[in-house]
Amino acid sequence: MMKNTISERVADFLKSYPPFNALEPKQLEKLSAEAVIVHKENNQIIFTEKEAPHEHFYVVNKGAVALTKKGSTQILDICDEGDVFGLRPLLAHENYKLEAKAHEETILYAIPIQYFKPFAMENDRVGNFLIESFASNTRNPYSIKHRGKLYGSAIPVEKTENKILDLQPIKYSTDLITCTEGTKIKTLANTMSKSNVSCILVITDGLPKGIITDKDLRKKVATGLFPITGTAKTIMTSPVITYPKELTLAQAQMAMMKSNISHLVLTEDGTTEAPAVGLLSKHDVMVALGNNPAVLLRAIKRATDTKALRSIRHGIMNLLQGYLDQNIPIGLVSKIISELNDASTKRVMELSLGKMESEPPAKFTWLTMGSQGRGEQLLNTDQDNAIIFEDASENNLETTRNYFLELAGHITKELNTIGFEYCPAEMMASNPSWCHSLSEWKDVTAHWIHNPGPEEILLSSIFFDFNVTYGDKTLADELSHSIFENAQKYPQFLTHLASGALQNPSPSGFFRDFLVEQDGEHKDFFDLKLRALMPIIDAARVLILSHSIKSINNTAERYEKLAELEPNNQELFLACSYASKALLKFRTKQGMLHNDSGRYIELERLNKEEKIKLKRTFKTIKEIQSLIEVRFQVRNLLR
Amino acid sequence: MEFPDFWWEYEAHFKNDLPDDIPQNTFVVLDTETTGFSLTKDRMLCIGALKLKDNHIVVKESFEVYIRQEHYNTGSAEIHGILKKSKKEQLEELEALKQFLVYAQNHILVGHHVMFDVNMINAALKRNGLPKLKNLTLDTELLYQKTLLISSVVQRKERHTLDDLAKKFSISRKDRHTALGDAYITAIALIRIMERLKPKNLKDLIKKQGPSRMGL
Repeated sequence: MMKNTISERVADFLKSYPPFNALEPKQLEKLSAEAVIVHKENNQIIFTEKEAPHEHFYVVNKGAVALTKKGSTQILDICDEGDVFGLRPLLAHENYKLEAKAHEETILYAIPIQYFKPFAMENDRVGNFLIESFASNTRNPYSIKHRGKLYGSAIPVEKTENKILDLQPIKYSTDLITCTEGTKIKTLANTMSKSNVSCILVITDGLPKGIITDKDLRKKVATGLFPITGTAKTIMTSPVITYPKELTLAQAQMAMMKSNISHLVLTEDGTTEAPAVGLLSKHDVMVALGNNPAVLLRAIKRATDTKALRSIRHGIMNLLQGYLDQNIPIGLVSKIISELNDASTKRVMELSLGKMESEPPAKFTWLTMGSQGRGEQLLNTDQDNAIIFEDASENNLETTRNYFLELAGHITKELNTIGFEYCPAEMMASNPSWCHSLSEWKDVTAHWIHNPGPEEILLSSIFFDFNVTYGDKTLADELSHSIFENAQKYPQFLTHLASGALQNPSPSGFFRDFLVEQDGEHKDFFDLKLRALMPIIDAARVLILSHSIKSINNTAERYEKLAELEPNNQELFLACSYASKALLKFRTKQGMLHNDSGRYIELERLNKEEKIKLKRTFKTIKEIQSLIEVRFQVRNLLR
Repeated sequence: MEFPDFWWEYEAHFKNDLPDDIPQNTFVVLDTETTGFSLTKDRMLCIGALKLKDNHIVVKESFEVYIRQEHYNTGSAEIHGILKKSKKEQLEELEALKQFLVYAQNHILVGHHVMFDVNMINAALKRNGLPKLKNLTLDTELLYQKTLLISSVVQRKERHTLDDLAKKFSISRKDRHTALGDAYITAIALIRIMERLKPKNLKDLIKKQGPSRMGL
């Protein structure tokens, strides 16, 4: 087989990743020519547990692959671009031990083992990589973070499953910063600053005698209680609380809670009579837990490229799963996840701005609209966004616009890379229709309000939930102001908006049975978004606009505000607030379960309790719909 | 009529019906590099093609031939980076056509603006005294447009280049403007488009290229 453009393309990709980076160019060329390029849809299975080994093993070219135990939703590992999986069973001649499933739309390079094996045998570097990675149970012994994943299919005993991880020995720092009882406070504080640590261990005769933390310096020295010229002995906490070094994560957490301390000293045998071998801080515990919002937020802020952001976003999904499992209130969950989504978007913007050749020619605001704007985007769904830029002189208008269109092009592309799908209706700032100067936006929104056809109502309902993610908030405030002014001048607009909110098909029929889709791809499924979520979201929007309340976007919060404004309807509005949260939680759970948008529900797979819960919200939906029908005199419109 | 054997062998494939099931069909995704856009004045310099079946592309089953041409237009060749005296082995036009017909059989031909490539091949066939291609075709631009929502208010681009599709579907554009490189981008785009359109069967897929009956 001669090499061709495609085999060169495959080789060019593989050469950056182990073990292929160790191959000779001729070997890589030959291997690439024998590859098969395979496309997998989201959730499509590549191989399943106990299946006989294929003739190929796989390298992820685009997308991501989840490895799980069959029948479990707990993801044991995610293979990303360049990761190898499904190789070990082929070399060991055993069946697959895990199930591999496309975690999103994925392109794989399938490499025939028949051609790879001889190279692995004759090339020492490749052989060593395989032996080491299989033996050490790290997926890539060459990488510090243990990424690279040769070993896709062994049972990962020490993988990310929280319950298992809790019982894993925890990593602690062995690089101890110490002083003696006689050390001057000023000296030890300098040592701590220089080493950038928040605590120092006081050692006497090689044994841990006491501990001094930032808190001690603040409470005992900075207050003037002890002079800065005093010794360590005067301010140390003693005796120290010690634990054996084989501490598990769960034990460490318990110990810190029990004694209300943030540092644990680890000794050889767990007593103060043995030398200290390590120190464990609360931060170490948090990092080990990994799925902690504060840790994720910091990781997002520190991410230097979109590839890093993308893997952090996998962590966010793990966090979400954990919250749902623990039944944390959905209002709180959506706040945290929205913060993380916003932070990711912001980071993408900063990275994209860095790629531009010049600074922005004018002030601008990045708006997120739709579900992300409402803070209700828990799963990765479509991106809806827009740019407002400061008015420019006529001469500069087009260059200014082009600058922001180019910027938006970078941003939407990178957002797509980290997991936010492109909006199929192209409601994105990279589209000239969603990238305007402030005056242009005022004109566009005024046009919608004055000419409220079905399209304009649809666009208003998406746009009017905008939220500032980045940039100058005053531009957005000025636009809101103009929108409210116009809406008040044309009260007909609210009637049309209310009418739009009643257009969604009903969730249930006369006998309170679910109405399912009659045909199409989702035949016999229940459309949770269209039939239940949208009516309640749309109703909240028109009601809150009629009260000229801005800056509350979240549907549940809007109803809470409405309950406050209209005490006589308080009961209904609070029921709506509850229903919107229940539906959002329902959708998120379904989405996590099936790794999709959670929009279409297979009724047979719901249990009775879930069905009753859903139906209860339908009653609320019908009530709120009749309220807006009467209040905004929608019938007059139909006549 | 006086046609060479390879033509009759090509034509014989069309006695068989194509399978109705999409995963059972082989799609021949192709692209040609030419000296320009005129069917009469310009010539093909290269044909690149690959076979896509059930979302699999077997690398070694791809097709790439370079064609020796006397007619030459310097402007276009710069884009494509194919020099007249390139180091690649070049075939006579008739030999390249023969190999392509053997490769394509009765499979569906897919391309971005596929009719341009088909017309270019037909013009070459005509110069060599042969009839036109008989294969069904699929155009990825027409299909791509069907994945977008129809809206009268949101302005949409009328035309979508292969670059647009590559960007949209995050396909690396590093081999842009080599025939096989473009064919690869087109193939991945086709897969992603089909996933969005979810055609029921082959007939449905072909029909989806037609003008939409839906409107607002």
